[in-house]
Amino acid sequence: SLNSLSPQSAIQQQRTTPGKKKRTLNNYLFNSTPDLNSLWLTFSVPEHPFLIQFFWANMAFRVITMKSGAMMATARYLTRRNMTHGGSCCGNHHHHHPPFERKKQQSCSRSLSGFWRFNSTKASAVDVYSSDEDVTNTNHHQGLDFPGGHVSYTHSLNFISKSSTQNRVPCYRVLDDNGVVIRSSSGDLESQLQQQPLISQQTALKIYREMVRLQVMDTIFYEAQRQGRLSFYLTSTGEEAISVASAAALSSDDVVMPQYREPGVLLWRGFSLREFADQCFGNKDDYGKGRQMPIHYGSNKLNYFTVSSPLAFEEACMIQLLLCLNSYLQGDFHAGLNFAAVTESPVVFVCRNNGWAISTNVSEQFRSDGIVVKGQAYGIDSIRVDGNDAIAVYNSIRAARQMAVNQGKPVLVEFLTYRVGHHSTSDDSTKYRPMDEIEHWKVTRNPVSRFRKWVEGNGWWNDDEESELRSATRKQLLQAIQAAERTEKPSLEEMFSDVYDETPSNLREQHEQLREIIKRHPKDYPSDIPV
Amino acid sequence: MASVLGRYGRKWSLGCVSYHKNHLPRFSTVTHSAVPSEPIQQQQAGRSMNLYSAINQALHIALESDSRSYVFGEDVGFGGVFRCTTGLAERFGKHRVFNTPLCEQGIVGFAIGLAAMDNRAVAEIQFADYIFPAFDQIVNEAAKFRYRSGGQFNCGGLTIRAPYGAVGHGGHYHSQSPEAFFCHVPGIKVVIPRSPSQAKGLLLSSIRDQNPVVFFEPKWLYRLSVEEVPEHDYMLPLSEAEVIREGSDITLVGWGAQLSIMEQACIDAEKEGISCELIDLKTLIPWDKETVEASVSKTGRLLVSHEAPITGGFGAEISASIVERCFLRLEAPVSRVCGLDTPFPLVFEPFYMPNKNKVSRKYWFPKICVTTWCSSASWQLVFG
Repeated sequence: SLNSLSPQSAIQQQRTTPGKKKRTLNNYLFNSTPDLNSLWLTFSVPEHPFLIQFFWANMAFRVITMKSGAMMATARYLTRRNMTHGGSCCGNHHHHHPPFERKKQQSCSRSLSGFWRFNSTKASAVDVYSSDEDVTNTNHHQGLDFPGGHVSYTHSLNFISKSSTQNRVPCYRVLDDNGVVIRSSSGDLESQLQQQPLISQQTALKIYREMVRLQVMDTIFYEAQRQGRLSFYLTSTGEEAISVASAAALSSDDVVMPQYREPGVLLWRGFSLREFADQCFGNKDDYGKGRQMPIHYGSNKLNYFTVSSPLAFEEACMIQLLLCLNSYLQGDFHAGLNFAAVTESPVVFVCRNNGWAISTNVSEQFRSDGIVVKGQAYGIDSIRVDGNDAIAVYNSIRAARQMAVNQGKPVLVEFLTYRVGHHSTSDDSTKYRPMDEIEHWKVTRNPVSRFRKWVEGNGWWNDDEESELRSATRKQLLQAIQAAERTEKPSLEEMFSDVYDETPSNLREQHEQLREIIKRHPKDYPSDIPV
Repeated sequence: MASVLGRYGRKWSLGCVSYHKNHLPRFSTVTHSAVPSEPIQQQQAGRSMNLYSAINQALHIALESDSRSYVFGEDVGFGGVFRCTTGLAERFGKHRVFNTPLCEQGIVGFAIGLAAMDNRAVAEIQFADYIFPAFDQIVNEAAKFRYRSGGQFNCGGLTIRAPYGAVGHGGHYHSQSPEAFFCHVPGIKVVIPRSPSQAKGLLLSSIRDQNPVVFFEPKWLYRLSVEEVPEHDYMLPLSEAEVIREGSDITLVGWGAQLSIMEQACIDAEKEGISCELIDLKTLIPWDKETVEASVSKTGRLLVSHEAPITGGFGAEISASIVERCFLRLEAPVSRVCGLDTPFPLVFEPFYMPNKNKVSRKYWFPKICVTTWCSSASWQLVFG
């Protein structure tokens, strides 16, 4: 049959079952007669191996069926390029496909240069295996037991490579850019159901309202910083859907360990605008007691760990970790995912892939297909989602949470989005990216307006309510800012408390010494901090 | 001779340490934070055991007394490379005592997360030399967890245990004493025991303390240090130094394995008529300044000794603080007898270590400043 003559089928794994003659390279070279030129030439032509075989046969080259393991290994190594051994994995990590089946689909590559040294060797057709069936079965059973489990082996020296033509992991979305639910093209029920927004009107409206309030809050606080009333601020512009809709899909008991661009979670859970303002102004009502920069919110009653600037994180049970793109490169990310996988912790890792780490674009951060593929590397289920689609965010986090809780395992969710705003008030992003790119994402791909279209399309919202909400929020914010600004700062004692559970003697001493210095030079110190 | 003494000096002096255990340990007059504790009941029945057994016992007690405590790290499941975690996994189950991936950053990060959720996490770093990947987690996360949240969150249940110090053949990466790095971090505590009974009590205190603690265990003493250790659950107070030998001429301050060297030097000094007061600091931060200050006010001289390199070592902090507090009382400059400013060498270890020869050399020098006393012997030692 043609199969047995095809070069691909000739590439077989070495058999070790008794009764079969073991072929070695030496054995093959000196005892067999096929002309290896033909082999390599046929390999080099993609698409139609069988046709080419005939061609060369007509040219009086002998086509050989090589079944020597060693020879095949060399052949593979030298000729094959797109052995998508691992590349075609995509979740199906079977290394023991029947070789000839696989090889039919693969294109063989080129490079004859190394093989002319075999020019003069004549090899005869060697039939190590009695039948192709045998080959299939044998390959399936050949393997080794190493720590970590059974693994089949191969004689091909092929590296798993990421081909440039390989498709990126697709991104789950429910709404299109105009806020219309995309009808699934496939007819099956499951995919249709997955396309459905799973939110009630009440939840949807609450999500929308909080997204709007977040937008307004960001605008006002940003302006306040520009006016010099706040020392620092950091917006979530362009990423409102992620934090708010994620929080909506979680329960209030779920502990969240945020990065720093997720105040939407706090808004959802009921953190008041006044509480936000208190932290930004670092006054005595700030839960953080004025110790950290603005936007480092934290609330134990809302199960939201205090934000910390370094991009490390701790892993715990039952929490959602919100990561920004920046932190992906940190070792902690890898350690955290790995630990979560090994300990089977019910953690949902959420990554906001917003394209930028301050001025560093993703292309300078990694060469993998984003973050979603990292999940597979650590043995974690992962998904890529359109982060600007509030419904997709909600659906995916809901599903991820269910998986984490019910199956007791970590899940990784990568939200693709775009950081419309500057990194922070200390940044001017027009210095490293084009204005039209920012505008495009701000206008065309805006998550808030997109969700608004869907909500309005359902008849749940209208322009009047929109303007009312925005103006009311703006008013509340201005009031909150004024009140927070006027509230006095925490007393000096709060600089020394909470370093330990009880203040040790060295800190009490330092406090005393400091008080004396302040007494002597009161004008050199801020007067709004009670000593 | 020095090398022989250096290698075996510890063994001999440990016998001396155990003799001192016959009397009650002295506590300083400083009141410490409200950590519930009871002094070691010397009268209560104890069992002779070495350091790793004492630590093992402490871990058994800690896990038994709190169902939300966990012990984990590399290789702790089978008992640990130093046998400190023997029997724990069998007794308490793999969900409470388990191996972690080989990633110190992850071990500590994971531990911080556990502690932040109100559990007691006892993380083991296999050698203190490997603690550095976790340094960011310790400094930027653990140490600041309570402070940055305004007291809303804390990871007080965190304890990180690591064997530290010379072991005779450890070289660069199995002998380091990194305590100074951590002493510079407000928010954590650093505790170092000197003997099995101390280790058990201090470890239980560290685990139950409401602050993250880094607990360094002198690995040389794991098998070498043997003494009677009470079998019941007891805790020793943190941030309280202990005067383990009273004297009037000079104060020696140290911690961990170095104390046995210093004790040896004290005994030698006794023969020369020099009365040495030896203090075990036990907790390096926050450290008990008052006890040391009281002692130096009495003796007028101070010598600090540690294995870690001298430059930037914790001895510098002690020296500077005591000079500030006791300047007018000091009769001689504060001495430091420490490791050299090199990476910890292998074949040169006997030369590197601050053994009793170096300690003796140093404490005789301050004696010269005393005009009322000098002996031919000391002159000979100084100039000979």
